[in-house]
Amino acid sequence: MAERILTVENLKVVFHTYAGMVRGVNDVSFTLDKGEVLGIVGESGCGKSVTASAIMRLIPTPPGEILPGSKILFESQDLATLEEQKMRQIRGNAISMIFQDPMTALNPVLTIGLQLSESIILHQKLSPRAAMEKAIEMLRLVGIPSPEVRVRQYPHQLSGGMRQRVMIAMALSCNPKILFADEPTTALDVTIQAQIIDLMKSLNERLNTSIILISHDLGVVAGLSHRVQVMYAGRIVETAKVHDLYGNPLHPYTWGLMQSIPKVTDGTHRQLQTIGGQPPDLLSPPPGCPFAPRCRFALRICKEELPPLIEINPDHQVRCWLSHELSPVRAVDVFQKEVVNR
Amino acid sequence: MSSWIRGLNSTAERTVDETLSLNANTNPNPNLNPSLFERVDFVLDTSYDISRPSTTFWQDAWRRLKKNKMAMVGLFILTLISLIAIFGPYLVKHTYSDQNLTLANASPSAEYWLGTDNLGRDLLIRIIYGARISLSIGVVASLINLLIGVIYGGISGYCGGRVDSIMMRIVDVMYCIPMLLWVIMLMVVLGPGLINIFIAIGLTDWLRMARIVRGQILSLKEQEYVMAAQLTGANTWRILSLHLIPNSMGPIIITATLAIPGAIFTEAFLSFIGLGVSAPMASWGVLASEGVANLRSYPFQLFFPAAAISITMLCFNFLGDGLRDALDPRMRK
Amino acid sequence: MSQPQTLLETKNLTKHFVTKRSFLGEPLATVRAVEGVNLTVEKGKTLGLVGETGCGKTTVGRTIVGLYNPTGGEVLLNGENVHATLAGPSAMTIRRKMQMIFQDPYSSLNPRMTVGDIIREPMEIHHLASQAEMKERVWDLLKQVGLNPEHASRFPHEFSGGQRQRVGIARALAVNPEFILCDEPISALDVSIQAQVVNLLEELQAKLGLTYIFIAHDLSMVKHISQRVAVMYLGSVAEIAPSLHLYDNPLHPYTQALLSAIPIADPKLEKSRKRILLEGDIPSPLNPPSGCKFRTRCRKAFDRCAEEIPVLKEVEPGHQVACHLVG
Ligand SMILES: Nc1ncnc2c1ncn2[C@@H]1O[C@H](COP(=O)(O)OP(=O)(O)OP(=O)(O)O)[C@@H](O)[C@H]1O
Ligand SMILES: Nc1ncnc2c1ncn2[C@@H]1O[C@H](COP(=O)(O)OP(=O)(O)OP(=O)(O)O)[C@@H](O)[C@H]1O
Ligand SMILES: [Mg+2]
Ligand SMILES: [Mg+2]
Repeated sequence: MAERILTVENLKVVFHTYAGMVRGVNDVSFTLDKGEVLGIVGESGCGKSVTASAIMRLIPTPPGEILPGSKILFESQDLATLEEQKMRQIRGNAISMIFQDPMTALNPVLTIGLQLSESIILHQKLSPRAAMEKAIEMLRLVGIPSPEVRVRQYPHQLSGGMRQRVMIAMALSCNPKILFADEPTTALDVTIQAQIIDLMKSLNERLNTSIILISHDLGVVAGLSHRVQVMYAGRIVETAKVHDLYGNPLHPYTWGLMQSIPKVTDGTHRQLQTIGGQPPDLLSPPPGCPFAPRCRFALRICKEELPPLIEINPDHQVRCWLSHELSPVRAVDVFQKEVVNR
Repeated sequence: MSSWIRGLNSTAERTVDETLSLNANTNPNPNLNPSLFERVDFVLDTSYDISRPSTTFWQDAWRRLKKNKMAMVGLFILTLISLIAIFGPYLVKHTYSDQNLTLANASPSAEYWLGTDNLGRDLLIRIIYGARISLSIGVVASLINLLIGVIYGGISGYCGGRVDSIMMRIVDVMYCIPMLLWVIMLMVVLGPGLINIFIAIGLTDWLRMARIVRGQILSLKEQEYVMAAQLTGANTWRILSLHLIPNSMGPIIITATLAIPGAIFTEAFLSFIGLGVSAPMASWGVLASEGVANLRSYPFQLFFPAAAISITMLCFNFLGDGLRDALDPRMRK
Repeated sequence: MSQPQTLLETKNLTKHFVTKRSFLGEPLATVRAVEGVNLTVEKGKTLGLVGETGCGKTTVGRTIVGLYNPTGGEVLLNGENVHATLAGPSAMTIRRKMQMIFQDPYSSLNPRMTVGDIIREPMEIHHLASQAEMKERVWDLLKQVGLNPEHASRFPHEFSGGQRQRVGIARALAVNPEFILCDEPISALDVSIQAQVVNLLEELQAKLGLTYIFIAHDLSMVKHISQRVAVMYLGSVAEIAPSLHLYDNPLHPYTQALLSAIPIADPKLEKSRKRILLEGDIPSPLNPPSGCKFRTRCRKAFDRCAEEIPVLKEVEPGHQVACHLVG
């Protein structure tokens, strides 16, 4: 059994806005093992980034607030309530993060080498010279050619893919235990995206860093993750090992996500199956299951009561009444008959 | 829509026995009634899509402006001053030209709340009339400046290229000459008088507005909605008036608001040096100028008009700053 | 269906941007955004245009619809030279035939106009109907793109990205165009919303006989919606093929790499398949490599690639490739 390094329990994050309280993340619980890559997928606004920011304690307060009762256990500390000062030591050190847009995360007036070595000096107490050497080594690790030259360049002299590599180098420079990657390839071209995915995969295998990969692209997640968690309207609706999730998805939302992307491998033209409507406004989500208003398979109860997370097997949980024992149909059958063979 | 129900009826449905046995084993929530698990026809429910109240840009800006205390105080005092300027003369029993030489230079009293001037005219009513003149100069000059600045900056920004270079060089050159010098020159040519003050200030104060509008238009014209209009064949005037200028309204209003105190001050200065409105009408500048003459013996004659000028300018500046926060697109979520 | 009929054709289309000029106005630096592009689109069909950032897709599209003037070459719509007509008296008639759907659902709608006014504007410009008729037509259009007509008086910011994109589509349809340029209309949308918009576009095409050029960097979506796909690299077309054919038989090394880079939402497939990883980044269009522009990242490049620019050659009916290795 792998060592467990992060346990999130009942995480609730709200934003107080003029129009009312927005429940950005609602009752999210999950765990992360050492060396594991956990993928979080879901559409825009479903709370992926807020989950990551909450764990890093980067929620802007106000308007945001991590509600009491939330637990984020990391190395026998509860990050939800840890003092800011201790948190600062963890952030960028034991837990670090790469962002979607590498340009805004890098300082345009400092050289790559300076920015990299600065964070190394800050967290590892190395001399500037040793830090610069380590910086060059990190750049080599992430596959940047001739790093000795690159350390003297500014961010704008690098291409988007290179900058993302620098971000990864920066995030990895302090040997973090957990690396958050918030849509690390969304801003990049497919060929560059392939390079970055490849790099993250090999780094995960070599350094055994746990990665939480946030993406809205089921393809990116499939290639990189060991376990996947689908979020919808601030909640986890399904979580499973990657093969299980893609081979035997049980939540209608997961089905919808999978069916609405065309497959390059298809030899014929098939009409895309879509989910009608759009995600609910988190200001006043519907009672019952948040997906029920758009769900073709909703039962009467779905509109009235929120389904619990139902355990199919220890690794596969789904928040859907169709998987409840009282359900008149079996989710697997609905999927096979109504979704795959339609 | 209910096809999925029928489609599954034959094969996938659990038998009653099966359901019951499952039910008997583990039903964690005794309140769960199997009848709730009834299948229903699917109707897409879009009522949860948009639940935020519908707000226009202006409602949104007003909401943010309301949060700004200083701006609201400024707005309140300005409204008060405007109301006094409009209705005040009907409430005060003296008129601005009535002289009462026996009571010349009287100190503030129950009869004359703010005292009288050296010709025995009620200072209160003169300040109220002064407010009419000063405020209208501020507003009208600012409107003229807005009109010229928006059109000039709009054309310069939208046409771009060589036209833009030439138009902006002209602005640069005019910027080099102090504005007061322009105004004084114009006043000397036009002669004193209320209308001429409007014209003189309005004609000289639009440079800043033109620059701001041009900058806005330059960035806005790259927006895709402008491209969509060009693609449909909209002409320049339509694009400017329908797309570009309405979207620059925030900065335009801020600039116009902040230009009002400048105009009031310029007028005060002109009156002070004798180029303002002619007697017996009096703007705040004229009153202050008269007050200076008697400063030693009757300081209140300077104090009250000066206070009126200062408070008004301060309020406009507060309001302008508040509007900047409220209307700045970057502050919008 | 009758004989396929060409609606739109570009002949040797070239567009350069001068980014730096000397004091006297002579060009100092030129971006060769598009060079010698030949495309044909059949009536009622969709041509997909894919390629990485900066390869000139948008520039090709905007030049076609007349937002840019070409540096060289011409665009023919029904055999009529678009740019010559736009400069002449019948500009408005050709404007009506070509419309565009934009990438950014946020900046493509004027935030100060109501959705109804946005859709009405093209009709007003072209004097297509009376006020009452226009109101009716706005309702029709909103219904056609799957929006609630009662939302006509709302402002764009009250809608989600997908709904705004629908408004953009309704605006494009308002003048009954024959051709619509879709410049990455789904890139900014969520997966499930992307499918909604793509289905809508297909539906409208079937109903109204529209012709599309569909630009995207997502090959799987382009392949899905188009009958033919053109792959662009650094301003030129590398390969054109029927879309169902392209995945089975990509001939240009760049197309092969592009296809293998697409992440597939199937962990088994993803694990078993072999990636062709391209080294490095796209060269700058300010000074592109000599000969074949792809040679700097191509594993199969040989001497000839540096010396000679490959031209598009037809290798099978409807399948053209610009590569020295082929044909
Ligand atoms: N500062 C904030 N103020 C108010 N609401 C916020 C704020 N930040 C996030 N939210 C709300 O929290 C919810 C979740 O946002 P989050 O950024 O986590 O989405 P996401 O899943 O990361 O989406 P995306 O794919 O667009 O990045 C959203 O509905 C958003 O409106
Ligand atoms: N107005 C312009 N002035 C100068 N250069 C331009 C202009 N528009 C585009 N370019 C340049 O032309 C090249 C092609 O740009 P274009 O926008 O057509 O690419 P694209 O394929 O649409 O890319 P993306 O996928 O990022 O939209 C780029 O190198 C770009 O920098
Ligand atoms: Mg996010
Ligand atoms: Mg583009």
